[in-house]
Amino acid sequence: MFKQASWDEPVIFSRGRKGRRGHIPPKAEQEIRQALGDLNSLLPKNMQRTSRPRLPELSEVEVMRHFLRLSEMNYGVDSGLYPLGSCTMKYNPKINELLASLPSLNMLNPYQDESTVQGILEILYRLERWLAEITGTHEVCLQPAAGAHGELLGTLLMRAHHKLNGDYEKRSEIIVPDSAHGTNPASAAMAGFNVVVVPSDDDGCVSLGALKAAVSERTAGLMLTNPNTLGIFEKNIDEIARIVHEAGGLLYYDGANLNPLLCKARPGDMGFDIVHINIHKTFSTPHGGGGPGAGPVGVTEELAKFLPIPRIGFNGTRYCLDYDKPHSIGKIRGFYGNIAVLLRAYAYILSLGNEGLKEVAEVSVLNANYLMKKLQGAKGLTLPYNSVRPRKHECVFSAKLLKSETGVSALNIAKRLLDFGLHAPTIYFPLIVEEALMIEPTETFEKEELDRFTENMHKICEEAYTTPETVLQAPHNTAVSKLDEVKASHPRTMALSWRMHLKKNAQKT
Amino acid sequence: MQEIGIKSIDELYADISQKYRLKKPLNLPHALSEFEVKRHVEALLSKNKTCNDIPVFLGAGCWPHYVPAVVREIVQRSELVTSYTPYQPEISQGMLQALFEYQSMICELTDMDIVNCSMYDWASALGEAARMATRITGRKEILIPKLIHPERAVTLQVYAEPAGIVTEKLVYDKENGQINTDDLKGKISNKTAAVYIENPSYLGFIEEQVKEISREAHAHGALFIVGVDPTSLGILKPPGEYDADIVIGEAQPLGNFMNFGGPLLGIFACRDDMNIIRQMPGRIIGMTTTQDSSKHGFCMTLQTREQHIRREKATSNICSNEALCAVASAVHMALLGPEGFRELGETIMYKANYAMQRISKISRVKAPIFNSTHFKEFTVNFDEAGQSVEEVNKKLLQNQIHGGKNISEEFPEFGETALFCVTEIHSKNEIERLAEALTGILEGKSDVQASKLG
Repeated sequence: MFKQASWDEPVIFSRGRKGRRGHIPPKAEQEIRQALGDLNSLLPKNMQRTSRPRLPELSEVEVMRHFLRLSEMNYGVDSGLYPLGSCTMKYNPKINELLASLPSLNMLNPYQDESTVQGILEILYRLERWLAEITGTHEVCLQPAAGAHGELLGTLLMRAHHKLNGDYEKRSEIIVPDSAHGTNPASAAMAGFNVVVVPSDDDGCVSLGALKAAVSERTAGLMLTNPNTLGIFEKNIDEIARIVHEAGGLLYYDGANLNPLLCKARPGDMGFDIVHINIHKTFSTPHGGGGPGAGPVGVTEELAKFLPIPRIGFNGTRYCLDYDKPHSIGKIRGFYGNIAVLLRAYAYILSLGNEGLKEVAEVSVLNANYLMKKLQGAKGLTLPYNSVRPRKHECVFSAKLLKSETGVSALNIAKRLLDFGLHAPTIYFPLIVEEALMIEPTETFEKEELDRFTENMHKICEEAYTTPETVLQAPHNTAVSKLDEVKASHPRTMALSWRMHLKKNAQKT
Repeated sequence: MQEIGIKSIDELYADISQKYRLKKPLNLPHALSEFEVKRHVEALLSKNKTCNDIPVFLGAGCWPHYVPAVVREIVQRSELVTSYTPYQPEISQGMLQALFEYQSMICELTDMDIVNCSMYDWASALGEAARMATRITGRKEILIPKLIHPERAVTLQVYAEPAGIVTEKLVYDKENGQINTDDLKGKISNKTAAVYIENPSYLGFIEEQVKEISREAHAHGALFIVGVDPTSLGILKPPGEYDADIVIGEAQPLGNFMNFGGPLLGIFACRDDMNIIRQMPGRIIGMTTTQDSSKHGFCMTLQTREQHIRREKATSNICSNEALCAVASAVHMALLGPEGFRELGETIMYKANYAMQRISKISRVKAPIFNSTHFKEFTVNFDEAGQSVEEVNKKLLQNQIHGGKNISEEFPEFGETALFCVTEIHSKNEIERLAEALTGILEGKSDVQASKLG
């Protein structure tokens, strides 16, 4: 039986007392203070802070206890199954955490002389090579901070490519399937493209007929997730690549679902020109409640010249940062990437090697198909699109029937799952499945934990028919019961900060 | 496999054409044991020289600061580290409340009303701020200072160009580096979407004419965007008090290590105005109650701005952000409190100004090049001494000291100039060592020594 900690922990501003201190920063030495005198004589009057920031005042113990209690009201991969589809919530090896906390990494400034950072440059250089090998691309840039950031870079590379060819003005469209992640159209739009959506066929794959009709001399490229968000491998990838390339477009690989292909097949071999990798999914680095992640981008030889500066170079003896890249698009962030995240991926690849990574892919697929098999037959759930074809890393069920028969929706199922100490799958995505439950178990969970999930799913579907109230009112065992999300976004009640909350409360009284 | 009815896992890959199935192993390293991995990575990293090994006087957008032990303890809590974006708020209250508190404390520091729960970094936050300003005003021109961090300027350009945004640089006063307000008045018009300044500036001095710039921007219906280093805000006037509409900046110094430049933590704040809030990029956590109103709680809100709902019409494509870094910042801010922030700001300013004074006394050295008040970074010019920054830094390194960032290529008009950074982690001793080494190098004495060592 699961029962999450439910501290009645107030917002930190209501804790503590005036005058309490949690941390005292070092003081400037006496001689320095004497030499300079009163700071106010240095600071121009109009730029001095006259009102103290209204921050809480707490002792160190209070701060520690407050955040410890908060952490107890959270759930991570270490707590149990976290089958969020397309998010690849796998175990985060602890050795990688340990390595990422070494001062020999933590205390490095990005502008240090190259002679003092040879170690980290060597790691990054090798990681680039390994990721290029794994994705079947020519060169990899480690700079993007997240998958969507990689997508932005990818679409900017398309822009640069077509610009150099002199037909950017004409090539104004990026095609995305209707099953695509929301980031794909958003990234395309950010890079200045119009978005054209192509529907999926009955098999859940890109409809070739629709794709042929969609491509034209306006096509800049196609963004594709493969296996797609239904967990199905795009069976016509050959033909898709041919159609897009013949139209003069580039093929972009959304790497959110790379996990099942590791060391089994490579996007580059399938004709993808640009590939992003979600390090925080496929390469086991923790999601940290939303980030930091890393979204390296691999490209063909032809596109490599456009990658952001600096590139990491190696002359056989020394590693360097090379800014001399006249065709580079420039930069999409400061410095060189989320290095502490990338270091973990380096250690992960080193721990597994080719065989280990292949096993990761295979077991992730095996687990997804096992869950799919075990959930087929759950009352009220259906498996849309080709129900015989094996899935890859994830499978998508629909609770549409369940909802129409019992009133219990995908959302209700998700909430009820929490009661059993299981995280919910991704819900209401992909958009092409009504009442979608998108389930990705990853390779890291053992059969017993997968069984616990499927058994509870069956139980919840049963409850929907027998005691629907239990499901409709879930969750019961989490830190808080169901939240009022409408209140959170209504202009009258919206409180996006403590000061906004105080202001609204004052208005009420 | 029995349950699924397969004999080999390869059957699950049968739908991938044989020609794409890898037939031989990829060229990857052999798998190592955990111990071997640790030894290997430690050995590689030990080739680095860090600011724990030698004094390093570098900042320029990624700064060395002390991270209190409690911060490390909290951000290693596995319930936080291994969680995903809090899509299911009831089971993710810890992360949500911590992020709400991060937002709320940044509000107090900057004197703004709303903060999102992070952008990738300052540079990308600037790009997003420019795009947001054009969505709000319907205008396409952004005025930025000439003395901006060059990497930020390039990032802004890359973010802005696809949206048809044009950036124009404001010249500075030759004497004190401050933005030339006559130039601002000449360039601003009813086509200006926003005026952007940085405080402290990239070169470390405090921009003083903030009220005037703010008035000028608002008089033309443009937004006023301010970039900040939050460690200054215990002693420096917060941008909310000079009517900034959007505040961005880099919160890495609050609880996060440099890590060779990433992950960082982009601040993004605005005012309580629905027209502005609706155009915000990134995730925002809101306070609410349970549906039965029995308890307060937190959830992601205003998600209709975001990519997973609005797709190509979203305010940004950002999805994963820097949440755990924001939690680190929240813990750090809670530990410091108002008094700690004042003390931190004072210590930094004392030490940096002491170092600046000390170096300025060396003959034929100019520090700083601008006659303005400096916070934690300052410029040092070696033109009169007839040595290049590259030479000076090389000799400093031979003396086991890392000098400032060479900015002579970024800003050729300043000649041989370096940007030095001093924070609370630099001791008076280290500052003296730096000054003495510089004296030796520039007065020629250590040339002999350097050539011997070299």
